[in-house]
Order: sequence, then C-alpha cells, then structure tokens
Amino acid sequence: MKRFRPGGVGWFIFRRLLLGIVVLILVSVLVFLATQALPGDPARAILGRTATPASLAALRRQLHLDQPVISQYWTWVTGLLHGNLGRSLAAQEPVSTLIGPRLVNSAVLVALAAVVSIPLSIAIGSWAAFRREKVFDVASSNLLLVLAALPEFVVGVLLVILLATTVSHVLPSISLVPPGSHPWDNWSALVLPTLTLVIAVAPYVARIMRASMIEVLESDYVEMARLKGLPERTVLVRHALPNALGPVFQVIALNLAYLAGGIIIVESVFQYTGIGLAIQESVVNHDLPVIQALTMLIAAVYVALNLLADVATIMVTPRLRTRL
Amino acid sequence: MTQVSDPLIPGVELTPTPARGASLLRRSLRLWRTRIGVALVGLLVLVAIIGPYIAPYGPSTPVGVPNANPGGKAVLGTDYLGQDVLSRFLYGGRSILIMAVLATALGLIAGVAIGLVAAYSRNALDDVLMRGMDVIMAFPQIMLGLVAVAIIGPHAWVIVVAIALTTAPRIARVARGAAQPIVERDFIAASEAMGVPRWRIVSAELLPNTLGPLMVEASLRLTYSIAVIAALAFLGLSPDPNGANWGTMIQENQLVLAIQPWGALAPIIAIALLTIGTGLIGDGIARTAAGIDRARGEE
Repeated sequence: MKRFRPGGVGWFIFRRLLLGIVVLILVSVLVFLATQALPGDPARAILGRTATPASLAALRRQLHLDQPVISQYWTWVTGLLHGNLGRSLAAQEPVSTLIGPRLVNSAVLVALAAVVSIPLSIAIGSWAAFRREKVFDVASSNLLLVLAALPEFVVGVLLVILLATTVSHVLPSISLVPPGSHPWDNWSALVLPTLTLVIAVAPYVARIMRASMIEVLESDYVEMARLKGLPERTVLVRHALPNALGPVFQVIALNLAYLAGGIIIVESVFQYTGIGLAIQESVVNHDLPVIQALTMLIAAVYVALNLLADVATIMVTPRLRTRL
Repeated sequence: MTQVSDPLIPGVELTPTPARGASLLRRSLRLWRTRIGVALVGLLVLVAIIGPYIAPYGPSTPVGVPNANPGGKAVLGTDYLGQDVLSRFLYGGRSILIMAVLATALGLIAGVAIGLVAAYSRNALDDVLMRGMDVIMAFPQIMLGLVAVAIIGPHAWVIVVAIALTTAPRIARVARGAAQPIVERDFIAASEAMGVPRWRIVSAELLPNTLGPLMVEASLRLTYSIAVIAALAFLGLSPDPNGANWGTMIQENQLVLAIQPWGALAPIIAIALLTIGTGLIGDGIARTAAGIDRARGEE
C-alpha cells in the first residue's frame, strides 16, 4: 500500500474528471462518425430515393456536408457546447425546444423512481441482513432474484394487466403528458411508470445492501458496540448502517445511470412523454440530429453518474483513500 | 439461503487448482435454484425449437375474427389481426433465442480476449483497451442497439453485432478483474521463464483460472441479451416487423389487453420464465463459486 499523500482525494477526483472528459470526447467522435460519416449519404438517407438533386444539395449545405469531416465535427461539437443541439428533421424546430419539456418530464420520473426505490431497497436489504436466513430474508431474496431477471417491458405490461386493464382497473394504462402540462398534474399516470422503474432497480440495490450489511454486522466494532450494552436499535442505526452504505453508493449511482437507459423502454410502454420516448420516435423517423443530441445527453449523464459513484465511494469509505 | 455453506464447505474434496468450468457446473446443479433454472430454460428452448413443427396454424394465417377469446379453433384465441395466438407463440421464440445466444457468444469471445490480454499486458495496452471499453459502456445497451438499427437498418446481424458490442466490455471488465491476481502468481512467471508462448499463457493458464466469475457474468449477460433483443422487437425494431416474435406480439396486442389478454400474456410469460431461468442458473453458479472460494480460504 502506498504512502498517504496530502490532497490525494482532490487528485483522485481530478484524474477521474479528466478521464470522464476524455471518454465523452471519444463518445462524441463515435456518435458523430456513426450518425454522420459512415452510412454513405445522410441527405439521401433522410430524403429517400425519390429526392431531386437540388433538394439533396440544399440539405447537404444545411447539414454542412459539403465541408471536410473534421470541420463538420468541429461545428457540431462547438454547437453542442453552446447549447445548439441542431434542428430536428421531423419536427422542423430546434432540438433543444423539442426535448426541453421532455427532459423535465423524464427527470421527474427518474427522480421519483430514485426517491422511492433507494430508501425501500436499503430498508429491505438491511432488514434481510438483520433477520438473516429467517422467513423475511429467504422470501425477499428469492423474490428479488426473480424480479431482477425480468425485463422492464415485461414488468410494465404485467403491471398494466394487473392494475390497469384485465384484472383490475384502478390506474391509467397510458401516461401521456400533454404539451403545456406537467407530469405532477396527473399523479395517477405517474404511478405505473414509476413502479416499473422501481422494480427494475430496487433488487440490485437491495441485494448489495444485504451483502454489505451482513459483512458489517459480523465485524468487530459492531460486536464491541453490542458488548458495551448499547440498545440493538442504536447499534443498527448508528454503527452498522453508515458503514454498510459505502459499497451501496456505487450501486445506487450505477442504477441511476441504468435508469437513463431504462426510461427508453418504460416511457414507450406507457407512452410517457419524455426523452426515452423521444429517442424511440427519432429512431423510427430517422431523425439524426435528435438521435445525436439525445445519445450525447444520455452518455453524459451516464459518465457523470459513474464519476459520482466513484467519488461518493471514496468519500464514505475513508480506508480506500489511503490507496489512492 | 442455507444451501451456500451446507453441501460445500465440510468434507468436500478440494482440488488444488480452481474449479474448472465443467466441475463448477456439475456442483452448481446440486442447488435447487440451478435445477429449476435449467428446467425453465430447457422448457422454453424446447418450445422455441419444436414449436413451429407442432403449431396448429401458420404464424400469419388468419383463422377467425380479431381478438376472439380462447376456445373453438384457436386454443388461446386470436390476436388483433385474427391470427392464432398459440401458433404465433410457438413460432415466436426461435429468432429471439438464436440472436440472444449468438450475440452473447460473440460478446463473450471478444470480451474474454480483450480482458485477458489487458490483464496480462500490464502496460499501456491495458489502459488503452479498458478506456476503449469505457467508451462503449458510456451508452446504455438498449440505446446502442437503437442507434445501430436506426443507422444501418433492422437486420438480424446488426442487432446481434450491436448487442455483442455492448456485451463485450462488461465481460472484459470481469475477465480482467479475475485475471489480474492470477497474472501476479508464480506459475505465470514460471511459464514465462520456460519460454511458453504468450498466447498459450493467456489461453491455457489464465483462461481456465477465470472461468468461475466468467460463467456467472455470461449467464447474466445472456439474460440481458434476451431482454434487450425482445425489447427492441417490442419497440418495433425486429428483422421481420410483422413476423411472429414474442417481443413483437406483446407490442401488437398491448392495446387490446382489456379485450383479449392472451395475445400479450402468452409471450410475456415465455420471456419472463426464460429470463428467470437464466437468472437462476447464474445465481446458482455464483453461489457455488462463492462457496468453493470460501472453503478454500478456510483451508
């Protein structure tokens, strides 16, 4: 193990940040090459085989296709950094105005799913560890194993069958957010998409929480706290829980990053008007500028959350800092 | 959860080398969860393979009025176009299974090669390879699949390659992580000193010693591949947009759930049982491998 350097944490964060930026630059090159340069002539792909040479030339100029690839990339990337995400080909309006309100809708959905799933899974995992190999532990572990294996759209449609159509009809099966309204205006429409995301994420967090809690409960300092005669409640909440949360932070951040992909499916199941549905629509419409912008956006969120996971893990696990 | 320690720790004959693939599989079959998983996967694979031969009608043959309830000529009723739900169900598993297995196998081969070479190189190549994997992992799996299909088209090979591409980095991480401690061991240095070629060290010394974690990861990846490929079909992106495919069937019949649930319910049950099966197998292997490790640690 290396000697502890003063400022090691700052240096670690700086290095991770730099790495994240490098990854994002490479992602941008990849996204650009894949959507712009590789598939022959995008103008023809967009306008179809029947396009006239004049309209093809006009579109090429509009997309800066008449310039060298490197300057095309530069125009696109500097535009991105200035908030200019390009123009949607299908909607004929700037991508930013198109996805702005949807971004809010998706953020509400993801935030709600996180707020419900994180405390819930921490509670389930801790309780299972505390009552290890008792009925609750065995039942919850097996249930979580099954739920973790189910794809999101299977969970979503099953919930629709159970709660919105065939078996009972207590919730809406479609969660459209009409333009101009907010997701929280119609809370009942939020229930099923949120529940689907919670079921997709909670099993992983709960399983890690259980494993981490078991390790902590077997440690010497928890034994010591018990021997001191502290009430079991205090031992669990004050001594065990904070230490068990360390490894869980990383899994939480990874799962939030996973939600960024999960919303593509879940929003499509419920026709929830967010960026996930926007991606699916842009793929169906071959709307390349929207695909590029949303791919970059989701990749950025993904990289940022992974970075956050690493930093949070270092922050809550002091002994890891000595190894930086 | 008592199975972990029970059959494995006391009185088990432990070989000095880590458990090789086949023996790990055999041991994991002592757990009920692995057996149930194998039974579920076997059942669904059987349906996918022999289904088309025993289907009463063709996958696109109209047999009655749309959305008819089960009974009469159609055992599970008819779908939104009046096609036989049971027949489409029996035809619908094959393409998903073939694509998922191919994609996982491709991703496994590429990921293992990259991960082991990265771990063995111990130099700049390691960084270059693993940062490259980070770039691919900056996209959610479904997203990369969607983008690939959007750009090139919904061909079967595009879906397989896209899923393999997203599978490889995740496998590579596990392979590298498992190989890193092995690379430092003396027998690797001994092989190098004896002049064993590098590719032989990687394939004959490193690979067998990383099989445990790799098998767990591979079964997890297979579960995800099935989910993503079915999800792409559910989003309307499959090689044959009107063909019989479990994902497509769910999408087609989702809107008529209130009238005739079986069109969507039958494929949902099939996909659910399949992914639960692969999940149980993975968990069984993971528990067995962990039990073996624990027993060895106590020696």
